[in-house]
Amino acid sequence: MRVMAQVAMVMNLDKCIGCHTCSVTCKQTWTNRDGVEYVWFNNVETKPGIGYPRGYEDQERWKGGWELDRKGRLRLRSGGRLKRLAQLFANPDQPVLDDYYEPVTYDYDRLHSAPAGQKAVPVARPKSAITGKDVKVEWGPNWDDDLGGGPDLVPQDPNVRAMVAADPAAADKVKASFEQTFMFHLPRICEHCLNPACVSACPSSAMYKREDDGIVLVDQDKCRGWRMCVSACPYKKVYINHVSGKAEKCTFCFPRIEAGLPTVCAETCVGRLRYIGLVLYDADKVAAAASVPDTADLLEAQRDVFCDPHDPEVIAAARQAGIAEDWIDAAQRSPIWKLISEFKVALPLHPEYRTLPMVWYVPPLSPVLDATSAGGGDDASADDVFHAITSLRIPMEYLAQVFTAGDVDAVAGSLLRLAAVRTHMRRRSLDGGQDDALLERVGLTAEQVEELYRLLAIAKMKDRYVIPPAHKERAAELSSWASGCSLDSPGGPGMGGAPTAPGGGPVPVTIGKRRLR
Amino acid sequence: MATLIFTVLPYVALATFVVGHVARYRHDKLGWGTRTSEVFEKRWLMWGSPLFHFGALFVIAGHAGGLLVPPGLTRALGISDHLYHQIAVWAGAVAGTVMCVGLAILFARRFFGGHRLRIVTTPMDRVLYALLIAETVVGMWQTVAINIFGSGYEYRGTVSVWFRQVFTLSTDPALLTGAPMVYRLHVILACLIIAVWPFTRLVHVWSVPVGYLARPFVVYRRRPQRAVRAGTRMARAARRGW
Ligand code: SF4
Ligand code: SF4
Repeated sequence: MRVMAQVAMVMNLDKCIGCHTCSVTCKQTWTNRDGVEYVWFNNVETKPGIGYPRGYEDQERWKGGWELDRKGRLRLRSGGRLKRLAQLFANPDQPVLDDYYEPVTYDYDRLHSAPAGQKAVPVARPKSAITGKDVKVEWGPNWDDDLGGGPDLVPQDPNVRAMVAADPAAADKVKASFEQTFMFHLPRICEHCLNPACVSACPSSAMYKREDDGIVLVDQDKCRGWRMCVSACPYKKVYINHVSGKAEKCTFCFPRIEAGLPTVCAETCVGRLRYIGLVLYDADKVAAAASVPDTADLLEAQRDVFCDPHDPEVIAAARQAGIAEDWIDAAQRSPIWKLISEFKVALPLHPEYRTLPMVWYVPPLSPVLDATSAGGGDDASADDVFHAITSLRIPMEYLAQVFTAGDVDAVAGSLLRLAAVRTHMRRRSLDGGQDDALLERVGLTAEQVEELYRLLAIAKMKDRYVIPPAHKERAAELSSWASGCSLDSPGGPGMGGAPTAPGGGPVPVTIGKRRLR
Repeated sequence: MATLIFTVLPYVALATFVVGHVARYRHDKLGWGTRTSEVFEKRWLMWGSPLFHFGALFVIAGHAGGLLVPPGLTRALGISDHLYHQIAVWAGAVAGTVMCVGLAILFARRFFGGHRLRIVTTPMDRVLYALLIAETVVGMWQTVAINIFGSGYEYRGTVSVWFRQVFTLSTDPALLTGAPMVYRLHVILACLIIAVWPFTRLVHVWSVPVGYLARPFVVYRRRPQRAVRAGTRMARAARRGW
C-alpha cells in the first residue's frame, strides 16, 4: 500500500442554480488577461446540452482520455508515444477557437464619442475581444444555457446520443421528456485526476501532479506549446494561451489551498454546494482501477482506490509515507470521504474516460421529484419517489451516461439514498419516528442519514471545507512564494512605500487589456 | 569586403547564436516554445506544418551530408562523384520542394489567413519568415537552376571546405569569393538565420521532447524542491521583468 493524499471536491448538483458566480469569480481571478479571453477554468453548463467546448464529451471525435488496447492495456486514446511525437507539427485532435467561442466585447466608447447632435442613436457594436474586429455574435461559452436552442442542440449532446445508441427506443422518450424540460446544471473545473491524461500526454514533462496534494499544474517555464495536453484531457480543461503559446489550466487555487482556504469557485458559490477535503488513496491501485475491462465495474474500482482514513493500517501507511498528523486528521473529517465512500451518494464525472477524476458529483434528485409530482405522486414519500426513480427511465439513463458509464443501478442507488434522507427527515419532524424498512433498504443508519442531511443541507463552511493548510513549519517560506508577494518579504522593495512594478513605475491596476483596433 | 564578410560574419553569427541562447534561456523561459497558433487556424496548418517540418528535416540532413562529408570519403565508399551528385541533387530537390510547399502554405496562412493570426505574429516572426523564404528560394535556385538545368557546380570543393574551416578557425575567404553569386548569398543568409535564431521561435528546435519516449506517464513533483526553485524563480522574475 502506497498512501497518498489528494485534495478533492464534491458538488451537490441539486443545489446548483446555474448562476455562474463561480465562473465569473474564477475568471476575474485567473483568466482576466490577454491570451486567455476564451478560457473558463470553471464553467457551468446545462445538461442535457453540448457543453464547452462544443461536444467535448464526444471522445470518438476529440480522442481525449484513456482506452484499453486489444490486449487490455491502458493507452491514451489519441495514440502511443511515437504517434504523439510524430504529430507534434500539427495535432489533429486539438479544438480551435470556434469550438470554444469567439469572446466578444462592445465598442462602448462609441456611446461617449459620438458627436453631439448626431441624428442616429449611437450603437455599441460587438467586437471580437481577440482581434478587435466587428463580429457577429453567434455562439458563446454558455449558448445553450437553460436548454437554450433545445430542440436543435439537445440531440447533439454526446450523452443523449450515447443513450439513444444504447437503447434506440429511448429516442422517442427523450423528446417527450425534454418537452417537460428536464435539465440540471453541471459546474465543471479541472478534475485533478489521479491518472491524468494531460500529464501523460505532455511531451516536455512540463505538466505534473503535486505529490503532496495531487493538484495538477503546468510549469510555464517548461511548457513548449506542443499542446498535446489540450487534446488529451477528455474534459477539455487545459487551454492554450494564444499570446504565450503555452498551456494553462485550473490550479485548484493552490495558493489558497496551501493557506487552508477554499478555492475561489467554492468560496463564492451561491448555492453553497461545493465541498473540499482530502482523500487518502492507494497509489498502487490507480493503474489497475483505470484499466478495469468492463466499464460497469469502473465506478466500484475507482471508489476502491480510496483508503479508509480511520483504518489503523491506512494511518500507519500514511505516516510512513510522510503524511503529517494534521493531514491525516483532516482526511478523517473529510466531507469528500463521507460523500463518496461512506454514504456513497457522490459519483464521478465520466469514469469511462479512465482518468480517475477527483471532482465528484451528488446527482440531482430534483428532475426526479418534479416527475414524481407531475405523475401525481407525493415527492416526499419514499415509495412514490422510488417508484418514480425506477420507472423514469430517461433521466436515469441520461444521468448514468454522465456519471456512471451507463450503469443505471448505481445512479438509482445514489438517488434512493438522497430520497431516503428527505423521507426520513420529514418523518422526524412530523412525528419523531423512523421507517426502519426504508433505512435498511438504503443501507444507512438513522444517525448516518441525519449526518448526511446536515452535510447536504445545513453544513457551515468549516464542515464543507476541511482543508489542512500546508505545513506550518514552512508557512513563512510558502507565503513568500505562493500566496504572497515576493516584494513584500523583509528588506524587499515592497516594504513600505508605494508598490512598484518589476520594471519600476506604479503597479498597473488592470493587466494589459488590448485596446480595440 | 568579401574577405570581411566571409571571415567575420560567421563568427559574429555564431557568437550571437551562443550568447543569445544562453541569455534567452535564462531570462525568457516563458517565451521559449513553439508559440503555437493552431488554436486559431488548423485546416491549413495540418498541411503546411508537417510538410515544412519534415521537408526541413531532410534538407538539414542533406546539408549535413554535403557540408561535413568530404568527397574523399564518399569515393572511398565506392560512390562515384557523378552518382553522389545525382543523389544529392534529386533528393535535395524533392525535400526542398516539400519544404517550399509547406513554407508557402504557412506563409499564406500566417499573413493572409485572417486577423486572428495577425495578432499573434510578432516582428521577429516577420524577420524569420523573410529570411527563411529568401534562403529557401536561393537554395532551390542552386539545386534546380544550376545543378539540374544548368552546368552544375561542385560546391564540395569550395563551400564545404570553407564551412569546415569555420570550425577550425582557419577560414580562407577566397574559397567563397570564387563561388557563384547564389552560393555566396546562401551562405550570408544562413549566417543571418543563425544570428537571429535565439531571438525567434526557432528555439523550439532545441526542445524536441525525445525524453518523452522513456519517462513514466504520470509526472509527480514534490513541493519542497519546487518551493526552493520557485522561490529563486520569483526573485529572478522580479528583476527580469515578467
Ligand atoms: S481533468 Fe484536469 S487533471 Fe484530468 S486530464 Fe483534464 S486537465 Fe488533466
Ligand atoms: S456559484 Fe454555485 S450555484 Fe452558482 S453556478 Fe456556480 S456552482 Fe452553481
